[in-house]
Parts: sequence; C-alpha cells; structure tokens
Amino acid sequence: MSEIQYAAAKSIKDAVKLMAAAKGKAKILAGGTDLLVQMKSGLQAPGVIVDVKRIPEMVSIAEKKGSFTIGAATPAAVIGEHKKLKKMWPGVVEAINLIGSTQVQGRASAGGNLCNASPAADSVPALVAAGCVVNSQGPKGKRKVAVEKFNAGPGRTTLKPGEIVVSLTLPARPKNSSDAYLRLIPRTEMDIAVVGCGVSLTMKGDTVVDARVGLGAVAPTVLLVDKAAKALKGSKLDSKALDAAAAACAAACKPIDDKRGTIRYRTKIAGVLLKRAAAIARDRINGIEHKSH
Amino acid sequence: MAKIHVNTTINGAPTEFLCDANQTLLEVLRDNLGLTGSKEGCGSGDCGACSVTINGRLVCSCLVLAPEAEGVKIDTIEGMADGDKLHPLQKKFIEMAALQCGICTPGFLVASRALLEKNPSPTETEVRYWLAGNLCRCTGYDKIVTAVLDVAAEMRESAR
Amino acid sequence: MSNPKYKWIGTRPDRPDGADKVTGRARFGADFSLPGQLIGKVLRSPHAHAVIKSIDTSKAEALPGVKAVVTAEDFPEQANLIVPTGEMQVNLRDFTRNIMAREKALYEGHPVAAVAATSEAIAKEALALIKVDYKVLPHVIDVAEAMKPDAPVLHEHLLTEGANPPATKPSNIAKRIEFNKGDAKAGFAQAEVVIERDYTTQAVHQGYIEPHAALASASEDGQVQVWSTTQGHFQVRGFCSRLLNIETSQIRVTPTEIGGGFGGKTVVYLEPVAIRLSQKAGKPVKMTMTREEVFRASGPAPGGNIHVKIGATKDGRIVAADCTVEMQAGAFPGSPVGPSCMCAFACYDIDNLHIVGFDVVSNRPKVAAYRAPGAPISAWAVESTIDILAERLRMDPIDLRLKNAAKKGTKTAYGVTFNTIGMVETLEAVKNSPHYKMPVKPGHARGVAAGFWFNVGADSSAAAHVGEDGSVTVISGNPDIGGSRASLALMAAEELGVDYDKVRPVIADTASIGFNFVTGGSRVTFATGLAVVNSVRDLIRELKARAAKVWNVDPEGVIWENGMAKPAGSNVGNFEPLSIAQLAAQAGRTGGPINGHAQLNVTGAGPGFGVHVVDLAVDRDTGIVTIGRYTAAQDVGTAIHPSYVEGQLQGGAVQGIGWALNEEYIYNAKGRLENPGFLDYRMPVASDLPMIETILVEVPNPSHPYGVRGVGEVPIVPPTAAIGNAIARATGVRMVDLPMSPPRLSAALDAAAPRMAAE
Repeated sequence: MSEIQYAAAKSIKDAVKLMAAAKGKAKILAGGTDLLVQMKSGLQAPGVIVDVKRIPEMVSIAEKKGSFTIGAATPAAVIGEHKKLKKMWPGVVEAINLIGSTQVQGRASAGGNLCNASPAADSVPALVAAGCVVNSQGPKGKRKVAVEKFNAGPGRTTLKPGEIVVSLTLPARPKNSSDAYLRLIPRTEMDIAVVGCGVSLTMKGDTVVDARVGLGAVAPTVLLVDKAAKALKGSKLDSKALDAAAAACAAACKPIDDKRGTIRYRTKIAGVLLKRAAAIARDRINGIEHKSH
Repeated sequence: MAKIHVNTTINGAPTEFLCDANQTLLEVLRDNLGLTGSKEGCGSGDCGACSVTINGRLVCSCLVLAPEAEGVKIDTIEGMADGDKLHPLQKKFIEMAALQCGICTPGFLVASRALLEKNPSPTETEVRYWLAGNLCRCTGYDKIVTAVLDVAAEMRESAR
Repeated sequence: MSNPKYKWIGTRPDRPDGADKVTGRARFGADFSLPGQLIGKVLRSPHAHAVIKSIDTSKAEALPGVKAVVTAEDFPEQANLIVPTGEMQVNLRDFTRNIMAREKALYEGHPVAAVAATSEAIAKEALALIKVDYKVLPHVIDVAEAMKPDAPVLHEHLLTEGANPPATKPSNIAKRIEFNKGDAKAGFAQAEVVIERDYTTQAVHQGYIEPHAALASASEDGQVQVWSTTQGHFQVRGFCSRLLNIETSQIRVTPTEIGGGFGGKTVVYLEPVAIRLSQKAGKPVKMTMTREEVFRASGPAPGGNIHVKIGATKDGRIVAADCTVEMQAGAFPGSPVGPSCMCAFACYDIDNLHIVGFDVVSNRPKVAAYRAPGAPISAWAVESTIDILAERLRMDPIDLRLKNAAKKGTKTAYGVTFNTIGMVETLEAVKNSPHYKMPVKPGHARGVAAGFWFNVGADSSAAAHVGEDGSVTVISGNPDIGGSRASLALMAAEELGVDYDKVRPVIADTASIGFNFVTGGSRVTFATGLAVVNSVRDLIRELKARAAKVWNVDPEGVIWENGMAKPAGSNVGNFEPLSIAQLAAQAGRTGGPINGHAQLNVTGAGPGFGVHVVDLAVDRDTGIVTIGRYTAAQDVGTAIHPSYVEGQLQGGAVQGIGWALNEEYIYNAKGRLENPGFLDYRMPVASDLPMIETILVEVPNPSHPYGVRGVGEVPIVPPTAAIGNAIARATGVRMVDLPMSPPRLSAALDAAAPRMAAE
C-alpha cells in the first residue's frame, strides 16, 4: 500500500513547483545512492520523490571564462570523464570520484553528496578548498551560498523550505594553481572517510601565494581551516610551514569516537593528510602527477 | 495507490511493467519480470551483486527506483550471452574457476563487461579498483581478476 | 600440470553447473517462488536482554492481507537434548528458543514473532502492529565481563559443566573443558626460554553474500516441502522435524544453489518459522533475511580471550605449552571452544600440554560454525607466540616449526595419534618456495604462520544410474558450495574409465537420496567422494555381471577396463569388449535397470596443515597495512580439481586477512550492533589484495582411494598470525588484539614510540 508518489521534473521551475506542492514532504532524487538507502532504513519517508535527472542544467557541466558550473545531479562518473574540469580541478574531481564504488559512481552526484550533509562527505572538503559556490533556487527565487556555509550540521543544510540546489560553481582560477583531495579509509575502497582533506594552492615559483584547506569527517560540518591556509601562504611548503598547517588542522578538529575512528586517530590523521595533500597539489602545479591507481 | 506504468528496454527487448513509486529496479527485475539473475546481497549498494547497466553505465539496481527505468536501456546478466553463445567473459570465468558458489558472479560479469567496454587494456590495479564494489567471499578475487585480464588480452588480440 | 597417476583426477575441466551460474539461470534461495505464496517477516527484539512479559498479536492478525502470525506458542517445547549440526552441537531446548524467543529476548535481533502476508509491505506493517511488553534487563556483551561473578545472568538454569568443585550458582560460564598431555608443570621447569602473552579476538561473520532464504509449502495432509539455501538439507529436515514434531519422511527439503555458507548455513533460522506459518495459512510462505538481519540475528564466529605460554630449550625445542581459551558462545551455550583447544598446538609435537577452555554466554547472537570453528582463535595466539619465540631465539620461523613439527606418530592433546600427515612437507615446500627464497623488499616485512584442522568424514549416500544410452548420472546429496560437482564427476569418471563429460553429477533432495551429513567440515570431496566412488564400484560390479550374462560366463571372468567390460583372459572366451552403452541397450534382457549405490559413515578424513607467508608494508603515520605478497601452502592430499583446491586456499586466506585487519562486531552501550552492513563490517575488497599464490602439497591420505584430504577449512587458520607476525617484524610492535585496524595499529605504534608521534 504505497502512497509514495514519483514525479520526473522537466525543468527547474517544475521541480520547485513540485516541491512546493508537497509542502515539505518531498525529497529530491538525484543519484539515489543516499536517499534509497535511507528510505530502506526508515530514516527518510518522503511522500513525493522528485526526480531531477531529466533537467538538462542539473546533469550537465558548463564552462564560462575559466569558471565551471556543474549540474547538481551530474553523476560522478560523468564528472570524472570531463577532461577540462579534471585538468583545472584535479582535487575536486578525484574527491567526487571517491564516493563509493564504480556502481555508485554511475549515479551519485556532488549535489547529492553535499545535500546529504554527512560530515564525512568526500566531495565537500575539496569543494571548500576550491571556494565553490552553491546555486540554489526556490519559490522565492535564486540564491548563492559559499559551500563552507552551506551545511548546518550532520544531515542538515541551510536550504530554505522548497529550495533545491541547482548547480555548483567553481571560480576561475589563476595560473599555477592546482588542488588535491586525500581521505583516510581502513580499506582501499568502499569506506566512509575517517578523515578527508582538500587543499587548493596557487604558487609563484616555489612560494605559495594563495591556499585554502577543507577538512572533513572531523566536525559536524566540513571545516574551512583558515589558520592552516595562513600557515601555508607565503611559504615554500617547507617542513616548518607544513608542521604549522598540520597543527592548525589538528587544532581545528572536533571529532568524535565512532565505529570508524577515534578522536585521537582522527586528530592525528588530519595533520598527516594535510601535509600529503599539499605536496600533491604542489607537484601537480609543477606538472608531476602521482599515480594513486 | 495507482501503479506507475513504465516503458523501457531490457536486454534489447521493449518491456513494460507496472510498479509502485518506491519499488527498486532490482525488485521489479526479480519479482515482476522473472529476471532473477541479478541478486540482492545487501540492498544498500555495498556488494554489487545487483549490478546492471543503464544506458551502458554500471549501477547497482537496488539503488535505482523502478520508475526511473522509463525510456532507458537496461542490460542485465540475462542478456550477456548471445543466444546460446556465452560471452568471452562468461566462458573464461568457467574455464578459470573464477566462481565457487556463484552468487556474486552475475554482478562481476556485468561489471567486468562494463570495464572492458570502457577500457580494453586495464592493468591489474585498474581491474581491482573497478571491481572494488563487487564483493566476493569465496574466491579471494584472484581468479576473477586473472580471468578479466585474460579476456582483455584475448579481446585485444582478436580485435587486431 | 595434471596428476601423472590419473587420467581425469588432477585436470581442470569446466564445472557441470558453469553455464547456469554465469548466465543467471542458476537458482539460489531467494530465486524460488510458488504461485499464491505469502511473504513472511520476523519481528525481532530491539533489546539485548529482556523478559518477554506478553505478546499481543491481535491487531496484526486483524490487518487485511495477514494470513498467519506465530510466536513461541506455536512451537512445541523441546527437551534438554543435544544433537550434532555441522561440526558443532545444538541443544534442542536452546535451539527452539533461538528460532523464536520464549521467556526472554537474549540478543538484539532475537526473533519474537513472525507474520505471513500477501505482500512484503503488509507483512512489515503487521510487524509494527504487534505489541511486545518487554522488561529490559541489564545486559553483558564481553566475555570477560560475562564471566565475572556479578555479571547479568542469561540462563538461571545454567551451571558450569566441568567446574571443579561443581558449580552451585548459575553463571554465564556454560562449560569448562581441559586437555592434558604429559606434565606441563614439569615441562616448563625444563624450559630455558618462556614466552607468555594474552590475546583477544572479536566476533566475525562468515560474510556469505547470499542472505538466508527459505520457501515452505505445507499441505493439509501433513506433508511439507521446503526449498532452502543451506549447507545441509538433511539437517534442515532433521531440525524442522524435531522443532515442529513432524516425521522426517513427511518433510521434503530441496537444496537450492547456495551463495556461500562457510559453516553459517549448517543451522536453521527461517525454515521452521516458514513451515509453521505455511501450516497456519494454508499457503506457501517465502522468507528472506535482509543483510541487516543476517548480521543482527545469524550466528557469527565467536571472539575470545586467549592466554598462551610456551616453554622451549635454547635450541628451539618446545618442551611445554599451555593455553587457556575463553570463548563467546552468544546467547546460548555451544561455542567451538572444544576444537579451539584441540587445534591449539596440533601442528607441533610437544610432550607436555595443558589446555583449558571456557564456553561463555552473553547477549549476542548464538554463534555458528565458521570455517575451522574455533581454530583461528587459538591459532592467532599460539602462532604469534611461536613467532615471538623465533625472534627471541633468533631462529628462522620455518626452521623453528620444522624442529617441532607434528608428524606420523605424534600424539595430540586430544588423544588421537596422527597417521600420515603433511606438516613437514608443507613447511619444506614453503621454505623452498619462490616467495620465501626471495629477499624481503625494502619497506616490507615478512610473517609466517601455520594452521591445522581435523577435517571430518561422517555420513554420505550416493547412487550411480545408467541411462538407456549409456550415459551415467551420479547422484549425491551435498549442496555444491564451491565446485564439488566437478570433483565428484572427476572421481566417478576416473573410477568408471569414461570421459568426464559422460558423467552427470546431480544433487538430490532429501526424498531422493539417502542421508547425507552437511557440506562442511571439509568433507564433501573426501566422504561424499568416497560414497560416489563406492557407488560407481557397485555399478561396475553390476555392469560386469551383465556382461557375464551376455557372454554366458562366470562374473569372475569379467574385468572392467577403460570404461568397458572385457573377458579376464582368453580362457574366458574371445569376446569383444562391451561399452556401457552396449550393456545399457541390453539391460532389460539382462536383469533390468543398471544402478549402483553406496552409503557410509567414514572416518580417516585426514587432518590438514597449512603454512602461510605474507610480505607487507605498514604506513607508520596512518597504521594502514598494504599486503605486497601472499602465499598459502597446504597439504591437500590429492587435488582432484586443482583450480577449486586453489580456490579454497585463496578464499580462506582472504577471509583470514579480513579477520586480521578490519572485521569485527561493534556494539554500543545498549548492546545494539552498530555495523550490521557491508559498509561498516569491512570485508576485503578486490583492491585491498594482491594475487594469492598457492602451493598444493600432495601427501595422499591413505584412507581414501584417491588420497583425498579435506582442504576447505585449514586456509583460514594461519592468516591472522601471519599478518600479526609480519607487522611485528615491520614495526617492532607486537599486536595482540584483533583486528589490527588502522586506528588500533596507529595507537599501538604511537604508544611504542611516543616521541615520534605527531603533535
């Protein structure tokens, strides 16, 4: 006796209308890799499921003057196949491509990953480091929010009633910039991040002129660690600067003990990953790519 | 509780079915359409036993809602052989003993075919990472990986 | 690379069920359905320990679409009687309570009621309408906690069996067992080096990818049909017969294809419930477990606390060994603490042994068998300790084991004297292996460990029938869990002297073949293989008799060679050989259908020994272990189908790797399982592993015509210690607790070198 309804929205306006009509009982269906799991476990019980994958803007990637806008429901596998995006933002793309298995990659989206608001979401630390802007649309019109301000806590976003995330915009970036995302998981695949760290750097020669650091799975929301970025800026990524940035990450952590890791472990790993991710980002700027696999 | 009428293509054949909004594609394949080759090992996208492709893209059918099948091309294990001619991967899996109990085998075959269609020359590491979403508890993966690499080499050879 | 002694045995033909299994045609438990069937679902306790004061099913029964509801009231009470199941034993009084709780809920997930309805959605809705009045009690999860005198007691009637002096107060210690050989105290007095350590392991699940599933159809005349994914359909029949008071001949169980079991499917959970629901509803009832139910409510392997003490002289001769095992049984008594104790030192020839074991209940699912039940737990402790000894004595770990290896004539702690075994040969094979001869790569370290399992024989029945065209069907009664159809066909073909493709192996249901013990205990190729061979020999006797009739000679004058009946010599007569087809064509005139059969209860399965080597690297900053190279060597008797023997070694080794590195049950303070799914119950995935090299050492078992020795269970015994030993050599840190997951290893590394730990 299913009273659940399914609707495939034809446009963003259509999606917003469907959401409004459901009066809070609707959920957006992008890849479904979080929603369906939560429906099965009883965590979510939507009255209406609004499928947004038939809306062109939501499943495509557009470039304009060096800035990329990624449709919120674009499958991770499609993002991974976009050569230009991968070249400009290797860290963002590798982060998105770490969400789940190959099968999950065929469906999961960055928008879904962000809106699920798990503190351990893989895409978010890299998006934070990238300075991503979240574009949403609702009954009251369009809104832009910096990604590091988008989530409010585990499972909670700052979306207003009836709003949906339409796309994610990565700003144009100066030359000699790159990024990297690393996560620590107990196995080599298939795990939720115990810690995730995204680092974006702009360098001039061997000096860092700009940096952003995103740290995930160590607090209720993904952190933008300004102090770590500050420690890297102006440095040559020498061990003193890296130690200071790592310490800033460890200090910014507010992790928990859970079935995936301990407070002690997460705090330590935050610093370890910061150093490693920064090194990879710098190597990429210098044209060196590490074969992770 | 009106059912949703879906028109889709499964293994090349136009197919229609009725379903509830919250039924998964896996449930419909198994319970409504008699295609029991795709298996439920976990229902949460963690084991890959339900793997199918949608428009050529590898996915877990337990995480796809049945109504999403509208207008797409679905390929399951049942469509892998060509009549009574087994696909080279199917033949090689038997030959190399790349299965013991066989429950994960349909998922591995669908996933492996998707890999070779995308990347005809995978390294061992690439094979392992591509198949990381397919759990096997019997074989330790060794013979499965060997079988996939062997078929890749053979298919490259015959393509020459 | 086949076996030069044989034509078929040792070759690698396609398995007979291959085409079905690679096309999705093969039908596993959940793939069976019957017209008009109902869906059954189980209501499970959310509490780890609670008195069930009352259950009100009235609202559920009234829900449209619900056709039957059952609780413990629908199952007869059972006597305090023990029956064998797989390699373990069950107490029927406890078993019926595990199927459906009576007085108490004893673990989160414990079934308390079940419904059958016209759809799964209605069944779920009905479960929510059942009102259970629980009185929540304090619970206990941990073995050490459960053994304390003030621990919450699960069973008021449970007095420790084997306690000395006898127990008077109920406790959670169900049993104390002891094994002695020689005089351990005197032995330790002779020792020049003594190593003593405490170890722990956690509960781990068998991890079969296919959840439990059963379909039951009860008729009005009392007959019952069951389709079950099981390792032993005769067990299913037997248990359901007892638990429901139905005559075994009234129950017909068909084994479906089985998607993994590893011991976990040698018991029943759903079948008796499905039958009872079907009886009440008058319709077939189909039941499957979700993955979450599999974790919350089906028996895992136990965890335990182990204390080991080993004493040796400076030249490496072990003079005494002592081991105490405290093992989880789950909610009801019956852990494999016996085998754990018996296997602890079985790889070695030690004069003085003292082994004590405790079977301890706690509020967790009742444990079930898992590949060499109990042995991996004591092996983790013993093999780690032997490695510490090797390091202390600066001896190569293989040489230390060679110096003390069990051989023919070695008497075990449990009283058995070994016949021909392959421990020494396996150690030597490893010592001479490409892996071991290669120096360890920089940044890697190497670990070695050994393992043992008895392997069992037990009951099997088989038959061989000749078709009208001369093709042969070989019938047996063991579900094919890993390629046994191929092995049975190979042995039958070898014995009969015909092509492998001319022999068709079939697995019969409980009504169509005589009794068979489970597919488990590493017994099928050995015992069922023997029954098949014997049934073929019986068939050959009959075929020779038919030829004798055709030639009108004495049956003594006929021999069987290369698949044909031939005169024994020219003195018998100058007759052309007769093929099976030719004899089949004349069957009606020579006595009717040509069949052979055999049944046996066999011992002499031949114990197995394994030695594993692993090279690995440890990331000191993260505690991540990367396995670089892994070799599993084992004496396998005769490898009937080498690919499937290799497969057993590889599969068991990888399960052991998971046990070593990441698998464990995680409970919260309320006694609820936090990781009942494959996301957080972390089994190895393909990218975690390298190829698993195998070395098959063939030391034929003298008790089998083809030298078969059971192989399936030994491979899971060595890996945990092999990995722990490699980690110790890589880092200088000796891990004693499993799993050696990254947070734990990282913490241990930091504790050992505090000045090196990151700020």
